[in-house]
Amino acid sequence: MAQIKMHLLVCGGTGCRASESKRLVDELNAQLKANNLDEEVKVIITGCFGFCEKGPIVKVIPDNTFYTKVKPEDAEEIVEEHVLKGRKVTRLLYENPETKEHVSDSKHMGFYQKQVRIALRNCGFIDPENIEEYIVRDGYAALGKVLSMTPAEAIDIVKKSGLRGRGGAGFPTGLKWEIASKNKADQKYVVCNADEGDPGAFMDRSILEGDPNSIVEAMAICGYCIGATKGLIYIRAEYPLAIKRLQVAIGQAREFGLLGPKILGSDFDFDIELRYGAGAFVCGEETALIHSMEGKRGEPTIKPPFPAEAGYLGKPSNVNNVETFANIPAIFLKGWEWFSSIGTEKSKGTKVFALAGKINNVGLIEVPMGTTLREVIFEIGGGIKGGKKFKAVQTGGPSGGCLTEQHLDTPIDYDNLVAAGSMMGSGGMIVMDEDDCMVSVAKFYLDFIVEESCGKCAPCRIGNKRMHETLEKICQGKGTMEDLDYLDNLSKVIKDTALCGLGQTSPNPVLSTMQYFRDEYLAHVVDKKCPAGRCKALRSYVINADKCMGCTLCAKNCPTSAITGDKKVPHVIDQSKCIKCGTCYEKCKFGAIEIR
Amino acid sequence: MSNFKLQDCHKKQIKDICDSFNNEPGELINVLHKTQGVFGYLPEDVQREVAQNLNIPVAKVYGVVTFYSFFTMKPKGEHAISLCLGTACYVRGAELVLDEFKKQLGIEVGQVTPDGKFSLDCLRCVGACGLAPVVLIGDKVYGRLDPSKVKEILANY
Repeated sequence: MAQIKMHLLVCGGTGCRASESKRLVDELNAQLKANNLDEEVKVIITGCFGFCEKGPIVKVIPDNTFYTKVKPEDAEEIVEEHVLKGRKVTRLLYENPETKEHVSDSKHMGFYQKQVRIALRNCGFIDPENIEEYIVRDGYAALGKVLSMTPAEAIDIVKKSGLRGRGGAGFPTGLKWEIASKNKADQKYVVCNADEGDPGAFMDRSILEGDPNSIVEAMAICGYCIGATKGLIYIRAEYPLAIKRLQVAIGQAREFGLLGPKILGSDFDFDIELRYGAGAFVCGEETALIHSMEGKRGEPTIKPPFPAEAGYLGKPSNVNNVETFANIPAIFLKGWEWFSSIGTEKSKGTKVFALAGKINNVGLIEVPMGTTLREVIFEIGGGIKGGKKFKAVQTGGPSGGCLTEQHLDTPIDYDNLVAAGSMMGSGGMIVMDEDDCMVSVAKFYLDFIVEESCGKCAPCRIGNKRMHETLEKICQGKGTMEDLDYLDNLSKVIKDTALCGLGQTSPNPVLSTMQYFRDEYLAHVVDKKCPAGRCKALRSYVINADKCMGCTLCAKNCPTSAITGDKKVPHVIDQSKCIKCGTCYEKCKFGAIEIR
Repeated sequence: MSNFKLQDCHKKQIKDICDSFNNEPGELINVLHKTQGVFGYLPEDVQREVAQNLNIPVAKVYGVVTFYSFFTMKPKGEHAISLCLGTACYVRGAELVLDEFKKQLGIEVGQVTPDGKFSLDCLRCVGACGLAPVVLIGDKVYGRLDPSKVKEILANY
């Protein structure tokens, strides 16, 4: 057998697949075959590299060349130039936006320099559908280590590491395991929450797609610690690729004796099944998730009893999020001392964020706790798209809040974000610029909440609906000062009285925008203006007399005959007749119509 | 209500699906996933049949079907268009793209074109935020959209 001299790693994450990375792989393979190189050079489809903005990405090993935005048509050049002649294809290299220099190695790219990868350690390095590649990178060594300890010793290590739940609330993981381990029952369950419902968040999906084996291993470790023999992964049906890769990983683990009876020659039995979600945000809440796994409507119930006492089918169950599990093997391999040396006093380790919105480098990043928002947005994220001004960053999804310029130097950890009126959440981070209207953003999130509220408790079902109507009224320019007080009051009532985490945190987007962007609310209510120009009803269309050529096109197309003017003379819009349909704006060939 | 007529062969298909999950009421969501996979949607008669096989009230099945957004009681078009309205797509102008789709197709969200060719729906985040705003037509993802590209994309079908 010929020795493999070179690997071409191609990103097979959802984002890159959408940009035809599959066809790129086929094309690379065809080119290698045409040059009789297919035995020496191997193309591997990996999980997400994180740098989604520049996808599809091809990484060449061993020289670590990092190609961006590679199209299937580029395969020929990569093979002929790089593989055959050893010359890098400069035009496909990453270009430093400031110096305009080409950077060939990801280590020297701003996007990667500040990152520390623990949960994402294998994403983009291994073939997620081949368990042997995981094992070569110390996969399942942590499980072997744990099986030589007592469960209490292993739980103690997780406790000492300081790991907190990455799903959002930040409950100490070791403590959760300890509680579940102490409850006696004939059957217990380990549940992995992979119901990532946050719009704009794709951390868990990327881990499952890029390194499914780490989740399987961590669940087995958890099972040993709490005394469970069954694991269940609750995953969204909307993630077909993650589902497929989990199925492959579970199947291979069974073949290798890493799942099933008597794992690694011990007395410990453990196996994992998948359960599919069907699209309900509230199912991220652990009691709702458990009801959904039982085939019921995913409605939450009051805690206590906690799932650790009575969870799936009434048995003690330990529910952890994907990213939490992904940290577990690393903690056992490198020690709790190492893990707890990273991060801040109360938040240890790293956090994965899905960076999106009006930012140059959209992608998946992992940074130590305590990194500031400024470092994340401007150094890793490369700043705001199109040189616009930063306005806000939304963290924590629909349960979180918007943070502003004044928070940019706040070190990110669970407690600081809550103190600033937002929350860690699962890790979605949406950056907004000066063109975004914060009232509309708050309305957008409430629209989501209204749709996703399960309807069980009145504060969430009715309260959020009323909040949404009030915001709609404000965006229509019909808001009053009383409406602002009403929003404030209602938010607090919902926060205090809703049944579950979804309801209790649902007013956060409104509260935080009202706190930090009160002037924008006032502009909508008092001046009847939308400073960002997003709210249609509050826009006014005005003709710039300097640019208007008097071609009459706008007047001909105006459905309400609001535009008047003679030929070759600048036209005027009668604001009392204008219905703000935007037709004139679309039709004008001279850019003379302005939105104010 | 729908014009769907339940045939004996459909009953057999539903029974086979329920049997494959041992007619276990706890497997209702998995049964519905499979059933929708066969019929494309879950009309009332199909729900009755599922309820009968699993020996649970139809109300329970209906409750689950209407609770989860993945299940639908209306048939989709031949090419199902799902526009992402996740936050990342929203701030990058997905709403304007949606307006253009509505205008081009002449239908509202949740409707099917009269010829049954397209249906228009919104979803929350397909996880391709780097390409925002995105639309899914069938399984194909179109990214970095703006209203001017809509007509061109629809012309492919």
